[in-house]
Amino acid sequence: MTFARDRDFGTPARSSTKMISLTIDGKKVDVAEGASVMAAAYQAGLTIPKLCATDMLEAFGSCRLCLVEIDGRRGTPASCTTLVEQDMVVHTQNERLMRLRKGVMELYISDHPLDCLTCSANGDCELQDMAGVVGLRDVRYGQEGAKHRQEPKDESNPYFTFDSSKCIVCSRCVRACEDVQGSFALTIEGRGLSSKVSAGGLDFLSSECVSCGACVQACPTATLNEKSVIEFGTPTHVIETTCAYCGVGCNFRAETQGERIIRMVPAKNGKANEGHSCVKGRFAWGYAQHPDRIISPMIRDKITDPWREVNWSEAFSFAATRFKDIQSRYGRESIGAITSSRCTNEEVFVLQKLVRAGFGNNNVDTCARVCHSPTGYGLKQTFGTSAGTQDFKSVEKADVIFVIGANPTDGHPVFASRLKKRLRQGAQLIVADPRRIDLVKSPHVQAAHHLPLKPGTNVALINALAHVIVSEGLIDQDYIHERCDLQAFDAWARFVLEPQNSPEALASQIGVAAEEIKAAARLYASANNAAIYYGLGVTEHSQGSTMVMGMANLAMATGNVGREGVGINPLRGQNNVQGSCDMGSFPHEFSGYRHVSDDAARQMFESLWGKTLSKEPGLRIPNMLDEALDGAFKGLYVQGEDIAQSDPNTKHVTAGLSAMECVIVHDLFLNETAKYAHVFFPGSSFLEKDGTFTNAERRINRVRKVMAPRAGLADWEVVIGFAKALGIDLHYDHPSQIMDEIAHLTPTFAGVSYQKLDETGSVQWPCNDHAPEGTPIMHEKQFVRGKGRFMITEFIPTDEKVGPRFPLLLTTGRILSQYNVGAQTRRTANNIWHDEDVLEIHPHDAEFRGIVEGDHVALMSRAGEISLRAVISERMQPGVVYTTFHHPVTGANVITTDFSDWATNCPEYKVTAVQVRRTNHLSDWQIEDRESARTHRQIKKAGMNAAE
Amino acid sequence: MMNETGSGVRIFVSQDSSALSVGADEVADAIHRQAQQRQINITLIRNGSRGLFWLEPLIEIETQKGRIAYGPVSVKDVASLFDAGFLQGGAHPLHLGVTEEIPWLKRQQRLTFARTGVIDPLSLEDYCAHQGLKGLERAYQLGPKAIVDSILDSGLRGRGGAGFPAGLKWRTVQEAQADHKYIVCNADEGDSGTFADRLLMEGDPFVLIEGMIIAAYAVGASRGFIYIRSEYPQAIEVMRKAIEIARANNLLGSGNRHFDFDLEIRVGAGAYICGEETALLESLEGRRGQVRAKPPLPALKGLFGQPTLVNNVLTFAAVPWILAHGGKAYADYGMGKSRGTMPFQLAGNLRCTGLFETAFGMSLREIVIDVGGGTASGRAVRAVQVGGPLGAYLPETMLDVPLDYEAMLAIKAMLGHGGIVVFDDTVDLAQQARFAFEFCALESCGKCTPCRIGSRRGVETIDKIVKDIDRVANIELITDLCTTMTDGSLCALGGLTHLPVMSALTHFPQDFGIANPSHSRDQEH
Repeated sequence: MTFARDRDFGTPARSSTKMISLTIDGKKVDVAEGASVMAAAYQAGLTIPKLCATDMLEAFGSCRLCLVEIDGRRGTPASCTTLVEQDMVVHTQNERLMRLRKGVMELYISDHPLDCLTCSANGDCELQDMAGVVGLRDVRYGQEGAKHRQEPKDESNPYFTFDSSKCIVCSRCVRACEDVQGSFALTIEGRGLSSKVSAGGLDFLSSECVSCGACVQACPTATLNEKSVIEFGTPTHVIETTCAYCGVGCNFRAETQGERIIRMVPAKNGKANEGHSCVKGRFAWGYAQHPDRIISPMIRDKITDPWREVNWSEAFSFAATRFKDIQSRYGRESIGAITSSRCTNEEVFVLQKLVRAGFGNNNVDTCARVCHSPTGYGLKQTFGTSAGTQDFKSVEKADVIFVIGANPTDGHPVFASRLKKRLRQGAQLIVADPRRIDLVKSPHVQAAHHLPLKPGTNVALINALAHVIVSEGLIDQDYIHERCDLQAFDAWARFVLEPQNSPEALASQIGVAAEEIKAAARLYASANNAAIYYGLGVTEHSQGSTMVMGMANLAMATGNVGREGVGINPLRGQNNVQGSCDMGSFPHEFSGYRHVSDDAARQMFESLWGKTLSKEPGLRIPNMLDEALDGAFKGLYVQGEDIAQSDPNTKHVTAGLSAMECVIVHDLFLNETAKYAHVFFPGSSFLEKDGTFTNAERRINRVRKVMAPRAGLADWEVVIGFAKALGIDLHYDHPSQIMDEIAHLTPTFAGVSYQKLDETGSVQWPCNDHAPEGTPIMHEKQFVRGKGRFMITEFIPTDEKVGPRFPLLLTTGRILSQYNVGAQTRRTANNIWHDEDVLEIHPHDAEFRGIVEGDHVALMSRAGEISLRAVISERMQPGVVYTTFHHPVTGANVITTDFSDWATNCPEYKVTAVQVRRTNHLSDWQIEDRESARTHRQIKKAGMNAAE
Repeated sequence: MMNETGSGVRIFVSQDSSALSVGADEVADAIHRQAQQRQINITLIRNGSRGLFWLEPLIEIETQKGRIAYGPVSVKDVASLFDAGFLQGGAHPLHLGVTEEIPWLKRQQRLTFARTGVIDPLSLEDYCAHQGLKGLERAYQLGPKAIVDSILDSGLRGRGGAGFPAGLKWRTVQEAQADHKYIVCNADEGDSGTFADRLLMEGDPFVLIEGMIIAAYAVGASRGFIYIRSEYPQAIEVMRKAIEIARANNLLGSGNRHFDFDLEIRVGAGAYICGEETALLESLEGRRGQVRAKPPLPALKGLFGQPTLVNNVLTFAAVPWILAHGGKAYADYGMGKSRGTMPFQLAGNLRCTGLFETAFGMSLREIVIDVGGGTASGRAVRAVQVGGPLGAYLPETMLDVPLDYEAMLAIKAMLGHGGIVVFDDTVDLAQQARFAFEFCALESCGKCTPCRIGSRRGVETIDKIVKDIDRVANIELITDLCTTMTDGSLCALGGLTHLPVMSALTHFPQDFGIANPSHSRDQEH
């Protein structure tokens, strides 16, 4: 499609079902009650001049261009702030209004540079448009009056500039920062003509601004403008697609000139983001063009050899020969693959198909293993579906929001903005997190209860909460009777009532006072609508699955599943972690979570694929690595995951990889795992292919190709090419055909097709004959498994315990500007906010060790040692330290152990006993790692050597 | 200053800011010292001001014949006053006779200001001894619905300037359904030449509190705020103490057996615009004082989004009298749709300045010439600005207009908050028009474009006119600009700037260098 601005109705849409009829310029209009006169006019195809109004923001009424006349009313009310009334008669165009608008525009232009032709917003400026619409021909005030033309530009933000000389003080940026983003970083400073937008402090970069881009998007002029637009000009084409960062799954308009992306603009019709974005999706897409991108396939015999660039067919043939050889020497089970939560559903599906139908085993696993596998397990056990229960919009109906082990403002910022908006409207917040995350207290948001539990005590907390709810009679009897398995409920109720599960008994272990636990339990249980949102702080524990079930128990006991505003909501980490699980990435499950031993399901696949499939579950990632060290597992195809950086106990991972005979890495960059690889397939970024991602709310979003794959093949085509070299025919002309196959084989996807997605924008599974338009809210009438099942959740403390040698607990996480292993964000200007991983430590723990801010410290655990800089932070509780794993040089996962969830092997990233001391050198691992990077990363091009 | 208790003669020295500004504290000190030296037992009471500013510091002695006034008294007069036996009402050049008989006071109809300058402001006992709390007692007997009926019957209109019928506003808030309702008193008295709110708060704080309690009870509000400008430190202090006393006496707080209501003082930060009710609400919510678009009306969606009754100090202060005497009795004063009394504030170039409360309907000439005594300079009156800095400048020929909302509107002027500022024949109305724009430019919140940019362009364009640069074209531009600002501005600041500007241009064209303004277009629609 060619470039056109998103249609703007001036004020937000209203959801009332009551319709109001009115007449505007002689035209009869029917519109929802609560709509503005302006929105009604736009809906009727009429246009009223406007500058301060946009349908992303509530009406403000400052520009005074949209003034109208209404029969029976005095004066000239603003159409944006005036609500429709039955039988109202509105006039939007007459001599008086025309003169008035011209008068206002004359004032605007008397304080605006007249440099339209060389302005970066030329052709994309609402002020310019409106000056044209009102027919301004002359500015009689002259040029010598007070002006803002000398105001300096603020170019501190890496992605956009703030040029105050072009500002018309419409406050759209300020309001977007407040209402849409919820950061309150911007304000209007001064009054009268001196009023100007200010980020507070010195400049945008040093302010509270989180660079979400909402202000830039809201700006009607060139005042806040993307640097890419300033450099290259306005875009000419638009392609709607989906962000490839976190599990929120924001829809974007990729605005381009040819194959050059000019900017990514959040799509207002995107149901997950409704026109909002964060610094990653909005701005940090430059990695796709980064010189580090590998765009040629490469092979080598030994990992100590330099890489040799080859063409695709040589790479396929090299890899296929090796895999076939391994299988012939070590048996069918000796090879496997890891699918990626960053790739499309279609790519995941073909790769797991290659494993099951081509390799002839079930040795396929996915990176969800290390993040949300307990979610899948826990929710399946209790509710019957391995997915969250709500859509994001549901939070708008929640009265109490319980955030457990998640840090949405950093990890899922666009959803966090929605959540904060609800909190500003009066919903109450409970946060259970060892750290004082931003949500606990930020502008206009304050948690009613922060439960700073000790890492590893989630299950104790959930049992204590349940104890209060059951013992104080706060359960929803009717709901339980109608919806749940009563026997299981009785057993659970008896269990939680046991004295060892009381808050008093558990308070000291949890580290939170019993009264505080009780108050939180009462608040959660007494809400009309209470919703739980959680993240990896729940799953990445030795009792991750237990905790997921514990939360499900709590929600069922209080009747908080099956309608808007409630539910159990995993905030999933990666863009397609839900999808990769749905697509049959686990060694024991086909797509749609059907066990490989399920004969009916298996036969369906066998008959379509024409192969006999194994009914034995395959190896999980940790088992693959163990078996490699035992000599039984020799070949691995890793697509879009960097297990050598992201998986726990790095030394164990690299030892396993080193023991393999052929490792294929399929990625955008020569990542850490590639140091141990023999074949490198260059990957395609989300901009280079068609497909779908499924976000945390089960929403299937379209990914659309904006440019040709830089290495010539999209990832799904690479899998097909490799399969062909193995002698396996996986033929598809387009990813839509893969989706058709998924729909054919997967009952929950039966109604999904590209045609459907193009028509509706997106759809939430299950989407089939029972729910042709998809399913925003799960378990509405009954649970998928029939009766909701309460599960006993006995608290078993982790074996990872503090002691004299390792007296502190390390917990890990991420921050706003970087994403996961950082492969993408580290290759963008986002590094300006976070260019190294640091250790956050409480002032007491720091002082005790003589550590001051910025010191290099050694961080040691049973598994290993690294060194990094310390940041003293009162967000931490004494005894707990925190770091991120965005930078491979840090090696955060050298420290983490191989303890894992009892049910799913999800690693216990969130609890590692450590010691911290000052140091003045890198750790041995870090020195070795740098050495090995030199030897393992050489690429031999024609006559030259290059290293990353 | 102390209020001494004792059995001696009771002496009243005002503690009002206007009296303090001309040395009332020093005079009180001197009286105290003289009494000690002379070993005379006196009781010195620091009351509010009677509002006869040219006589401040005014001191009063309680005698058998009533209070005897002396003024204006300076420190050097005190010894001679003692010598003259002023404690017995003795003769002295500053002797003014019985206070109540001073013609300026005698010809007033003081309903709202009946106690101001009479009682000890912080004596609840004194307040009650002067009819205080009678209105509240009656209100509790009547109940909310009948209270609002009384206000409707009284014809009371908002005294802040807009003159909206108070009873209608009260009814709207009363009928609004909400968990919380608020009442807010606008005491951000920023109009130049006005001081009635301050005078009342410093002289009779309990009448405001009583009025607000009645209002809160009527509309169902649980919290009230009095938003006072920071330039009124004395009023803030008096009101704070009065609220504490009211709370201690169970008029406010949980001790009130009729309903739960409490009051709080909030202090402004120096912005004129915060006297605009929606900007005031923004400020109360802790935000930048910036005007909100209406609708929604504050009565339905005001403070923190809840139904909120916002009234001026004088509006609330009129309520106790109305309740005590009945709406009908109040409506017996005044004319047309302007019922009751209005505390006019006389300022500028006048011989007698101060507060003059009287029923609506007196002519402007009567108040300027007869009451005010003509100019202080002795020169001819050339212009009178009524209603604050956004009021029209009226020439001497138009002074016969009655002081009534509608009559003023008919001559493109306004009554506003009752400020009357007089200028003699040395005034330059082009400079006054420029000042109007400049005032608007300085005080504009900056939200809406006509006011934000227009006010500055107005200043610049008047400067061009005065310098005779494209005079005719620029006068047309000023006229157009006034139309844009009038019809286009978000609130009354930009919306009323045309009044001083166009009245100056219309009535005093010669000051702009023209014989007649080129009124090519009618600015009223």
